[in-house]
Amino acid sequence: MSDPVVDLELARAHGLSEREAALVIEILGRTPTYPELGIFSVMWSEHCSYKSSKKLLRTLPTQGACVVQGPGENAGVIDIGDGNVCVFKIESHNHPSYVEPHAGAATGVGGILRDIFTMGARPLASLDSLRFGPLDDPQQRYLVRGVVAGVGDYGNCFGCATVGGEVTFHPRYRKNILVNAMNVGIARADAIFLAKAAGIGNPVIYVGSKTGRDGIHGASLLASSEFDEHTEEMRPTVQLGDPFTEKLLLEACLEAMKTGAIVGIQDMGAAGLTCSSFEMASRSGTGIEMDLDRVPQREANMTPYELLLSESQERMLLVAEAGREREVLDVFAKWDLDAAIVGRVTADGKMRVRWHGELVVDIPVDPVAASSPVYERPQARPADFEARQQLDLASLPAERDPSGALLLLLGSPNLCSREWVYRQYDQLVQSSTVLRPGGDAAVVRVPETERGLALKTDCNPRYTAQNPYLGAMHAVAEAARNVAVTGARPLAVTNCLNFGSPERPECMWEFAEAVRGMGDACRALGVPITGGNVSFYNETAGEGAIPPTPTIGMVGLLDDVARAVPAAFRAAGDAVILLGETRPELGATEYLAVRHGLELGAPPALDLLAEKRLQELLVEAATRGLLRSAHDCSEGGAAIALAECAIRSGLGVEATLRDVGGRPELALFAESCARAIVSCAPAQADALLALARAHGVPAARIGVTGGGRIRIAPGVDVSLREAHDTWARTLPEALG
Amino acid sequence: MFPGSNDDRDLARGFALCGAQVELVWHKDTRLPELDGVGIPGGFSYGDYLRCGAMARFSPVMRSVVALAASGRPVLGVCNGFQILCESGLLPGALVRNRDLKFICLDTRVAVEERGIFGGELESGRELAIPVKHGEGAYVPDAERKPRVAFRYVGGSPNGSTDDIAGVVSDAGNVIGLMPHPEHAVDPLLGSTDGGVLLRAFLAAAVARREAER
Repeated sequence: MSDPVVDLELARAHGLSEREAALVIEILGRTPTYPELGIFSVMWSEHCSYKSSKKLLRTLPTQGACVVQGPGENAGVIDIGDGNVCVFKIESHNHPSYVEPHAGAATGVGGILRDIFTMGARPLASLDSLRFGPLDDPQQRYLVRGVVAGVGDYGNCFGCATVGGEVTFHPRYRKNILVNAMNVGIARADAIFLAKAAGIGNPVIYVGSKTGRDGIHGASLLASSEFDEHTEEMRPTVQLGDPFTEKLLLEACLEAMKTGAIVGIQDMGAAGLTCSSFEMASRSGTGIEMDLDRVPQREANMTPYELLLSESQERMLLVAEAGREREVLDVFAKWDLDAAIVGRVTADGKMRVRWHGELVVDIPVDPVAASSPVYERPQARPADFEARQQLDLASLPAERDPSGALLLLLGSPNLCSREWVYRQYDQLVQSSTVLRPGGDAAVVRVPETERGLALKTDCNPRYTAQNPYLGAMHAVAEAARNVAVTGARPLAVTNCLNFGSPERPECMWEFAEAVRGMGDACRALGVPITGGNVSFYNETAGEGAIPPTPTIGMVGLLDDVARAVPAAFRAAGDAVILLGETRPELGATEYLAVRHGLELGAPPALDLLAEKRLQELLVEAATRGLLRSAHDCSEGGAAIALAECAIRSGLGVEATLRDVGGRPELALFAESCARAIVSCAPAQADALLALARAHGVPAARIGVTGGGRIRIAPGVDVSLREAHDTWARTLPEALG
Repeated sequence: MFPGSNDDRDLARGFALCGAQVELVWHKDTRLPELDGVGIPGGFSYGDYLRCGAMARFSPVMRSVVALAASGRPVLGVCNGFQILCESGLLPGALVRNRDLKFICLDTRVAVEERGIFGGELESGRELAIPVKHGEGAYVPDAERKPRVAFRYVGGSPNGSTDDIAGVVSDAGNVIGLMPHPEHAVDPLLGSTDGGVLLRAFLAAAVARREAER
């Protein structure tokens, strides 16, 4: 089989613009070979090059006392004391999961796990942020089942606990679901490995699974263009995962790293062998010489194009110290994994690839990897933006049946119990999970220490759809609040930015606004961003784009994990206290959407100083042991927060909420920021209220735990059992 | 340890917390070090792509485990370890896909019935809170042989096990297997500590056996 003729048409089919194609010829001084065209295509794809987002991402705060490694490596790294670091990152696998839900979600988990252990960390906990279209659509139910099973199968078999995440349903995800996978690992601070190809003459070693024909152009075509009627034909671009091999690869890599013979290592994810080798060489200012005939191959007669672009899973590329190859190869042999010396590091800054003795690729590394095109794409605020912010409360009928409204919300797809999802995940392996899924943030113990990490992903797409700037700020604030209610200090953020096509000015505006909001909130709360991932082109021809979805992954630190505070009430007779202030705001709330079918109005105002005060109060109260439980007020407001504390504990509650604007739905269901429901022993209540005053946080003793009912004035009175059953049955009934 | 075992360090930690000296043994080893007993951890040995535990039974180390069991020393299999013991014939019966075909991870309660050589606090009738996490945990007995039931789920099985069986013990009484994970119930910070009851009973049996052999 001979290679096709490389011309402009073929370049376009590879996703390169006319200008980019001309640039390729300028760099090479000639027309590229077919494999070279493939390399430019993936390296300059939106997914790998960040060409539309790079400029804006540079405005984000990435510095902080805890930051050991910011953006640019496989994952972010922060100091968590005791000589340990936390290595963490979130990544999207959206398009593959829509095309093939089980395999797409599974390999999304596999990819993020490799990003973590590539850096020398043992993955400790996973979180998964999942977004689907409406639950009453059979196709969405098929997607939910497939994605959840895929996430579970990979993480369970690999042996990393899945401890949290989120699941939301919204019509605008119907043709473009989101699967964002986050992983958190622990390494010793003095044993972090970076993706560098340093040391002229050092061997380049390929380890892991053999290379097959799967996933070719997954990154460049599937992830970097919008869906259309041909999407179904893209199924072969989805990779297949093998968590068992990945588990062996983890153990073998960590063991090989201990030999001291490894100089640099990078996983082969998007764009496989190409991306990993170019990035490693680019970071070190070196070149690489590679012989494709030495690459372990699963199928016969693979071409250089296929070998370079395959996205077969569970593979790593590493550079070892010359003369110590044997030590490394022996470790992989022990674990029955393929390992082969495929090339060596060179001094001339060029990527030279041979196949059957022929030089098939001869490209300078830097112009491809580091100097890829950067675009400043046009932005335009949507014409109806102002109109969408308007909500006239007087036009809504006052809530006459608060109990009915509470039950309706409790059983609604976005607020009901997620147990159907997380019971399919191993939450316990590695014996570290202190607070399991279902509360606010999950808490895991840092092995062999007294410390704990609080982990949370967050983004409310109703807010970001209405106002991407404010919505992105809320995502950061709520994630930090979720971490703080457990008693942990929010430390740092990873983000997964899911948007529509950057080539449409409205989407680019949404992206710019969300980045601005994230930056402002992170600066105000003092949490740096250590990296993440951008996923553009989340839209389908004729269907429009997803709501802007900047998913925030937050990590917080508890110095004494035994002091972690759960969300559910703990004992009958405890005092219930509402921290923060409820304001007359109903825009973009769950109540408005579920009760009135309206997605209107500005999201709640966000006072970042009040947020910071609340979070500092929560951390101090937990440290002093004042809190029995703490749960943030967010979607569904104070009433839903109280009901969740009650349902999850099996303890009723009797509480009175202060009147807000003379309308019960405001007191009950407004989603004002910087609030939490906490409980404490009655004897501690005064101390807690005094501490709140000292922190400048409004606080009111609103009730008491216990009994068999949920009674919340104004107007809510339902039995605990009915509330529980309504909340618990929605997902099992829909999904089986 | 088999390739793909992933609760290996958890079980080792559980035994260590209960006072044992623990050695991890690699699946390719044909000889066991001087051991008073063997625990086979949970996970997905060899990926469990064929049938849970079906590959592990052929691994070199299992011949030594079979010999150790024949000598009367105690052997414990947890989850995938239980599946391996059934596949290798040390325990009767088999484990099949859960009733609703999904993996489950949740807290369960089991009641102790037959104890074999394991005693101490592991009293018949005692209820223990221990979590399960498995996709293939429904126990099916052999047609010709009634198993000696060691543990039964309280309030019905979560996975469709025959007669709510959660674990069984061998006729000789020294090989015991169960689906719930005692090693995930040994630390008060993480929930129940009832798993320690079984792990301590195992260690006591191992010590008693060693004394008897002397």
